[in-house]
Amino acid sequence: MKNTPVKSIVAIAIGAALFFVLGRFVAIPSPVPNTNISVQYGLLALLGAAFGPFVALLAGFIGYALIDFSYGWGIWWSWVIASAVCGFVMGISKNSVKLATEKFDRKRIVTFNVYQIIAHLLAWVVVAPILDIVMYAEPWNKVFLQGFVAALANIVTTAIVGTILCAAYSAAKPKKDSLEKK
Amino acid sequence: MEPIISFKNFGFKYTVQKEPTLYGIDLDIYPGQKVLIAGPSGCGKSTLVSCLNGLAPFSYDGEYTGSLTIKGVEARDSSIFARSKVIGTVLQDSDAQFVGLTVAEDIAFALENDAVAVDEMKKRVQDVADLVDVGGHLAHAPHELSGGQKQRVSLAGVLVDDVDVLLFDEPLANLDPATGESAIELIDRIWKDENKTVIIIEHRLEDVLHRGVDRVILMDDGRILADMTPEQLLCSDLLRKTGIREPLYITALKYAGLAVTPDMHPAHIETLTLSEAQKAQVRDWFDRVESPQKPGRGDALLDVQNVSFAYNNGHQALRDISFSIRKGELTAIAGRNGAGKSTMCKLVCGFEKQQQGTILLKGEDSAEMSIKERGEHVGYVMQNPNQMISKVFIKDEVGLGLSLRGKPQEEIDAAVDDALKICSLSPFVDWPVSALSYGQKKRVTIASILSLHPDVIMLDEPTAGQDFRRYTEIMEFLEDLNRSGVTVLLITHDMHLMLEYCDRALVFSDGKLLADDAPAAVLSDPDLIRAASLKKTSLYDLAGLCGIADPKEFTARFIDCDRKARRGV
Amino acid sequence: MTNIFNYIDRKSPVHAMTGASKLVCLLLWSFGAMSSFDPRFLFALFAVALILFKISKIRVADIRFMLWFTLAFCVLNNLLIFLFSPQHGTEIYGTFHEVFRLGGRYVVTQEQLLYHLNVFLKYLATIPIVLLFVTTTDPSEFASSLNRIGVNYKIAYSVSLALRYIPDIQREYHDITLSLQARGVEMSKKASLRSRLKTASGTLVPLILSSMDRIEVISNAMELRSFGKNKKRTWYRYRKFTAWDFGAMLLGLAVLLLSIFLTTFVNHSRYYNPFV
Repeated sequence: MKNTPVKSIVAIAIGAALFFVLGRFVAIPSPVPNTNISVQYGLLALLGAAFGPFVALLAGFIGYALIDFSYGWGIWWSWVIASAVCGFVMGISKNSVKLATEKFDRKRIVTFNVYQIIAHLLAWVVVAPILDIVMYAEPWNKVFLQGFVAALANIVTTAIVGTILCAAYSAAKPKKDSLEKK
Repeated sequence: MEPIISFKNFGFKYTVQKEPTLYGIDLDIYPGQKVLIAGPSGCGKSTLVSCLNGLAPFSYDGEYTGSLTIKGVEARDSSIFARSKVIGTVLQDSDAQFVGLTVAEDIAFALENDAVAVDEMKKRVQDVADLVDVGGHLAHAPHELSGGQKQRVSLAGVLVDDVDVLLFDEPLANLDPATGESAIELIDRIWKDENKTVIIIEHRLEDVLHRGVDRVILMDDGRILADMTPEQLLCSDLLRKTGIREPLYITALKYAGLAVTPDMHPAHIETLTLSEAQKAQVRDWFDRVESPQKPGRGDALLDVQNVSFAYNNGHQALRDISFSIRKGELTAIAGRNGAGKSTMCKLVCGFEKQQQGTILLKGEDSAEMSIKERGEHVGYVMQNPNQMISKVFIKDEVGLGLSLRGKPQEEIDAAVDDALKICSLSPFVDWPVSALSYGQKKRVTIASILSLHPDVIMLDEPTAGQDFRRYTEIMEFLEDLNRSGVTVLLITHDMHLMLEYCDRALVFSDGKLLADDAPAAVLSDPDLIRAASLKKTSLYDLAGLCGIADPKEFTARFIDCDRKARRGV
Repeated sequence: MTNIFNYIDRKSPVHAMTGASKLVCLLLWSFGAMSSFDPRFLFALFAVALILFKISKIRVADIRFMLWFTLAFCVLNNLLIFLFSPQHGTEIYGTFHEVFRLGGRYVVTQEQLLYHLNVFLKYLATIPIVLLFVTTTDPSEFASSLNRIGVNYKIAYSVSLALRYIPDIQREYHDITLSLQARGVEMSKKASLRSRLKTASGTLVPLILSSMDRIEVISNAMELRSFGKNKKRTWYRYRKFTAWDFGAMLLGLAVLLLSIFLTTFVNHSRYYNPFV
């Protein structure tokens, strides 16, 4: 199956739809009361590793904006943009992780996670707080701490969920494996 | 006349495969013809479809050999877009083909992409929607439509382009029998009224032949095996050789020892003519074969008593349902979409709670049981195995239920071994699930349920969207499983499935249980058939033709005889 | 499940406007409201928004659920700001007028209260407009609106496709969870975070893999119907702009211009500062 331009568009759409459903309806209680864990970044990381920066950027952007829309609390552009940046950086991992063609082994798991850690740090500790300060004039210590907590939670979530999803996706793609019947 | 589609020594090889999937194809299809392409799974018919509409090689990498011309243009030189103006494809998966948010937008999709002006677009959409009888549903979203209506929208979506050729990929796969029949009638009407060339890919021969076709192309192993009229094909033994199901009345005639010949006009049951001697021969056969034995009745494992249920939105999904499932049965829950059969299963599994009535599991009231506890009594297998499998390795997948229940490792290993053995998967114990075929994955999901030793296993549309070979593989497996003592409950709208494999059918319609009887009896009752969107079997008509007074008994004896023949008893 | 974006089909002038003009208005309006910290201006925006609500025939009862979310979010955000930066107002306005002391560094000042008032008014000024857009715009019109304001049509269509498949994916996720529950998968609060995440991934794997298959089939179906053939496409739901549409866009433009005007000529900064 070739990666046609139309396929990228559909990947953005299905990616954004999944991002929305996971972010809006999949509630995994976190240790902090009244907060849920964002499993959708595990999906975004997989999407990036499989389809590249362009698809993950737009899926992260559209998915986040749709969630904001559906809650009706306005669109927090700073976080929507950060989510897109996060997807973009995760997508850069595509060429080194090679999910479709290579085995998802220890080395690639490490590479994948390095990218996702950089992506989350950049998105939530740099982009989101700076935009919050510029756009909404919020206090810097509040936004940086918020960003830092979000980054940490997302990094842990992605490390577990994203890695499991990538392993399953990679296993589902036929490889040149020698399988022996027992 | 020039052929509209012409294959000359044509072949196709996927880049990822060593051997070509198609080779030596010589085939001319002329404008205005109606052609049926049939063949067993893996024969290359889906690749042929992809070559025609351009998905191969535009979407699936590979290369042509020889020549394929479409409307005089060599296919190599035309884009997928140019081809879609000549050949319109109605895909099997009408949910995936339905990309618009509403019916109107979906029909308009191709026009939008061609940048047609809005006023003209609206007019054409309305015209085409009326042509396929969905004109009153233009503002509906896909989930507000039935399977048959979605397919009509897909058809409208390609007709709107005024294509020359309509290509239907397994149009009957997801439809109930009555809807399937009207789909075939609609295709026939469009073919005649709109002067289209029609190509249908389907293995349900009898159902397609409900309306005539000019030619049947039979494929096997990447080549064309036969290209003949339906009558010629039915008189040959090619269908049996390739493992495609003959029309039931043809099989019955053969059991009676008759040779099927063209002068019988065997293509339709309505045109079938038999001499008095031949009719007598069928009657003789009927008197000769034994009446099937009624299966003994075991203990009740599942008892549904006066259950009623309404959804939050007020929709009354079930009214006063009572039945019981006994040990060792193979029962079908039948009825069209929305009849209440899936809701019934949700109640049994505890996914929803009934407002009235009781459900007993092995004599125990289930009202206080959790979903997990019910899961130990009733195992539920979803339609699509890909929706159930969450582990990479087969062993982990099959043992998941037990390890979640904290069982010791030895017990899990033993149960996994047993379940894999029953499902003939033992050789694959260390494989990842992804290396298996669709049918094998289905068996993995069944094994993962069996490892919990439920009293009853319940399968949702186990054969939906499957070709005949996979269908037979899955059903024979379930039959074996049932004979080894597992009680099986199937949810299905497939008539053949219940007729050929089940002892008993529970027929649902509009939330009521209309019938609880042997499938042969159900399918011989005209009122019931109409109410439940089923279809009369051709055996019923054959019995009438031959002057047999009890068509129900005729059907029952035929099925029994056919089962024995299949098992080689 | 079918109407996640809470579109409410009524007959009103606001409903009759095209999605594109409402989107333009929404964007200009929210940028205008975002950049200004002048409570008089923000309050005026809130008042205008209420009038628009009246015109659109959307009732508070229709959006109660969304309002609660927003209110909770707004209160939480204000609390956090005060907790982290009780003297943020002083930093902004440069003066210190004490109101009362709570102890430690938590001294409530007039400056801080004004800042909080601004934050609160920002919600009031923008939320009604967003809710209005969501409740009066048919999702079908959303994609064509994006395309009309300059977004590439393929990307605009991907938004429409996402809306199309969200209900399907939601249903599929629901079914998968139930069937796994029957096999014994539980989301227990007692388990460790790590094991909870692993359980969650178990339910996500089938959902994600079947969605990946879906990508393939859908893109085939779209290619067979000429998606992406031309540089532009038309939209079935396209409508011509009416006077109301131009009105809406002018209103948005007016809000933005007024905001810029206040910042550059009246307040000489983003903040209205009564303390100096």
